[in-house]
Amino acid sequence: MLEIIAGILLITGGFFVLVAAVGILRLPDILMRMHASTKAGTLGAGLILLAVAFLYAEIGIISRALATIAFILMTAPVAAHAIGRAAYHHGITFWKGTIVDDLKDYYEKTRQTRRGSEKVSEED
Amino acid sequence: MDFLSLSIIIVYIFLSLSLLISLIRVIIGPTLPDRVVALDLIAFVVISMIATYAISSGHPVYLDVAIVLALVAFLGTIAFARYVILRAGKLREDGHA
Repeated sequence: MLEIIAGILLITGGFFVLVAAVGILRLPDILMRMHASTKAGTLGAGLILLAVAFLYAEIGIISRALATIAFILMTAPVAAHAIGRAAYHHGITFWKGTIVDDLKDYYEKTRQTRRGSEKVSEED
Repeated sequence: MDFLSLSIIIVYIFLSLSLLISLIRVIIGPTLPDRVVALDLIAFVVISMIATYAISSGHPVYLDVAIVLALVAFLGTIAFARYVILRAGKLREDGHA
């Protein structure tokens, strides 16, 4: 019974990782690609680690697998946030259907003040 | 052949395909953050592969490798993000952007 549960978890996890890879190849924009890879990739890896925990029903293995899942769940959003911010600073081109850019005003403002406070005071 | 070994084979096929597809994205780019995102996904795929190998080989010790790889991949991604931000700021100061 445990083997069947583990097998189903394995196949589902592998499928989600494959979906993440297809998303990273097919989606038009880096932010969308990041959304595919982070969410589907985290789910896929977590399901496969859960299958390991189900199959070896020992306390040491279960705690190790759950610790890895918790670590991935904590670090993947942070890493995605960091790359997304870096990509925005890098000056990416958005997909043509993107209509909302909330960061635009904020970063334009800080960039101007950071580039030269003297320039801003001269204009004042 | 029982259900578990069949599913292990299927998962290996899925993960190998994902590795190849993300490698295509690493190669075609087009910018550095795209490549960093693809490398992050490759780290996830390799973590999943190691977990699958921990099942198929019968040695659950390989889970430790998965933990360490998750840590290193996270640090690498954060370092790449800082590098991209620093490089973008430097390019803008030089007037290239």
